[in-house]
Amino acid sequence: MTTATARRGPDWRRHASENGALVALIALVVVLAVLRPTFLTTQNLLNVGVQAAVVAVLAFGSTFVIVSSGIDLSVGSVAALSAMVGAWSSAEAGLPGPVALLLGLATGVVAGLVNGVLVAHGKLPAFIATLAMLSVARGLTLVVSQGSPVATPDAITFLGSNLTPHLPLPLIVMLVVFGLTALILNRTYAGRSMYVIGGNEEAARLSGINVKNQKLVVYALSGLFAAVAGMMLAGRLGSAGPQAAVGYELDAIAAVVIGGASLSGGVGRAFGTLVGALILAVLRNGLNQLQVNPFWQQVVIGVVIALAVLVDTLRRRSSR
Amino acid sequence: MAEPDSGTVLTARGITKRFTGALALDDVTFELKRGEVHVLLGENGAGKSTLVKVLAGVHTPDEGELTVNGRPVRITSPHRAAALGIAVIHQELTLVPELSVAENLFLGRLPRRFGVVDRARMLRDAVPLLDRVGLRVDPARPVRELGIAQQQMIEIARALDLNTSVLVLDEPTAVLTETETDRLLEIMAGLRDQGVGLVFITHHLEEIRRVADRITVLRDGRSVAMLPAGASVQHMIEQMVGRSIEEQYPRRAGEPGEVLLRVDGLTREGAFRDVSFEVRAGEVVGVAGLVGAGRTEVVRAAFGVDRYDSGTVEVGGKRLRPGDVRAAMRAGLGLVPEDRKGQGLVLTSSVGENLGLVTMRSATRAGFVDRRGQRRRAGEMASALRVKTSGLDQTVRELSGGNQQKVVIGKWLLADPRVLVLDEPTRGVDVGAKVEIYELINRMTAAGRAVLLVSSDLPEVIGMSDRIVVMAHGRVAGELPARGATQDRVMALAVQERAVEEMSA
Repeated sequence: MTTATARRGPDWRRHASENGALVALIALVVVLAVLRPTFLTTQNLLNVGVQAAVVAVLAFGSTFVIVSSGIDLSVGSVAALSAMVGAWSSAEAGLPGPVALLLGLATGVVAGLVNGVLVAHGKLPAFIATLAMLSVARGLTLVVSQGSPVATPDAITFLGSNLTPHLPLPLIVMLVVFGLTALILNRTYAGRSMYVIGGNEEAARLSGINVKNQKLVVYALSGLFAAVAGMMLAGRLGSAGPQAAVGYELDAIAAVVIGGASLSGGVGRAFGTLVGALILAVLRNGLNQLQVNPFWQQVVIGVVIALAVLVDTLRRRSSR
Repeated sequence: MAEPDSGTVLTARGITKRFTGALALDDVTFELKRGEVHVLLGENGAGKSTLVKVLAGVHTPDEGELTVNGRPVRITSPHRAAALGIAVIHQELTLVPELSVAENLFLGRLPRRFGVVDRARMLRDAVPLLDRVGLRVDPARPVRELGIAQQQMIEIARALDLNTSVLVLDEPTAVLTETETDRLLEIMAGLRDQGVGLVFITHHLEEIRRVADRITVLRDGRSVAMLPAGASVQHMIEQMVGRSIEEQYPRRAGEPGEVLLRVDGLTREGAFRDVSFEVRAGEVVGVAGLVGAGRTEVVRAAFGVDRYDSGTVEVGGKRLRPGDVRAAMRAGLGLVPEDRKGQGLVLTSSVGENLGLVTMRSATRAGFVDRRGQRRRAGEMASALRVKTSGLDQTVRELSGGNQQKVVIGKWLLADPRVLVLDEPTRGVDVGAKVEIYELINRMTAAGRAVLLVSSDLPEVIGMSDRIVVMAHGRVAGELPARGATQDRVMALAVQERAVEEMSA
């Protein structure tokens, strides 16, 4: 092995190979634009953005978890529960909207902390702890709502609204949360610790990182982001539904993994996750535009997830 | 090199292999005869493991030509290598601990009858395979119950089958004790007599003297020399390092100062009992003993990684809270753990990130890490330690063992601990890098810091320590000044504990 040399190819090639998902996203957009000129209209692109927003925000939370070598299966249920608590506090308990919104966010944080305590202190496998939370949170949502949708207060409805006809708030929330995620992952002690814990938990401990506390932070953030996503979804619909966001945890995980993160931990970026969520949304929208049978859409999406990870794995192997 | 004659089983000519621009192998030539032990010698990062992986079919070379039994071949996969009669024992064992010895031996080719595994036949067939490596264990026992040496024998037994003509062993003795190593060398000699050609990688020059027929030296990815068996140690080192090394153990002791680390009566049931010692400023205290004497357990407990039942640990006169790594670090204690990859490094992260692990907390203001400062300090440390890397952004996984170890030590040096515990710091590290690590120890103690050096390498403990604490069966068996200590005297203490216990009983 030689000492320091410039060893990489041209910049664009490096970027292309590091951002395989981005290349795929661009290719997807180009193909759809050619097949369906209506795809590139402002209105449709905004739709795609709004559709991507909920999954993207969930996925940003999951990025923290996956980078630190965990998994959070509960985010869909926690999103629904948080939105329900927010809506119920206002509609049934009569609390002011902003307070209801904060209670909703707090619900997400508490659910995340419970996950964190079970994983960090109870030594439960993350898969099991969050699977249990998936069930508990969904059940509590049904208990609180008595099985019927509850109208959201203005403070929450605002999250799903359009500021101007061409400026949907979910899009802005998604970008703000993206920026926040990138900042946390790249710049903060908590974020850097996630990479260390995900890469080698024992080395993290022996280097003086408080692994237990950092795991609490990870799951609390995941819960908080789930709450934001849940309220955005409810705000868009004008009500919090007991069956909202069912199965969204899998879309979130898919977005993170398509974005290049590794389920074995230590690898993953906010930008990758954003691209992953956009790929899923573009694909769904495009398949609708092409009037593909919805039953087949699920098949296509499954194939795309498998392909994305397969290509990524092959690329990594050949570069080693 | 001579034309391959009938005795030549494998040749490699002009082998070149690049990784993302870095030249790992550069025009390497190598030849292996039937019935010889051919040692590959070189520093970490010289290209030995890459060459092994080329032979094993893990990497395909960019240029060059391989022949097996005189015929040109392309070894495109591990499967192909096996078909050509090349068996490789890698550094990491690949056994399944929960399965039985026999099942591991026949992994992937279990004998079947009517689609069901034929257990009786499997157990029967295992016996001759185990005999070939001289291993007497019940083939029905789970592998996890066996010692590491026995597991390695099973690995070898599995790799060998009747048409194996080349056996490659990549640092097999690194994890073995002395007697286990003796056993392995005997088995290697036995296989050589059966006509197998062996490629053997080791850092122990002593083992080379005992078993090698020829030695090919690699340096910076090139094959620089082929030496006969009788080559002097001095000559081997010169060829390997490319310069002569003045002193193997350049310890420069000073006047010891105040006590920085005091361990008093440290006890954990079943692991260690009543362990006491002191380390003073400017001092290197060696901890010697047999594998399993409890040395690693004691230093891990002192550093707060594991709990202990009674006793105290003081750093600079301040008593440490048990089981609290961060308290130990704040007091000025550091630990470079024994298991570099498992406990020291984050393999998925870059060299720069790894160097910054310990200082990350103190470089954090209001939750934000000063990454620019971290990077600058990492860069300075990497060049001070002469870490061979293509840059701070290179993944630490891609570095050689010695350079990885420098990174682990470097991350602690950046935190400037008052007492640094080094647990087996030079295991699997080549001669050149070893001396560099020793120089680091000298620099630390010259600056008034202290070092606790745990090592199974007796010449190292004696050569680099000022005082030596010898442990046996979880107790301190004795302490002696390093000046004038001999391997015999240290060993006598390391094995005498039973007698002491009987006398005091």
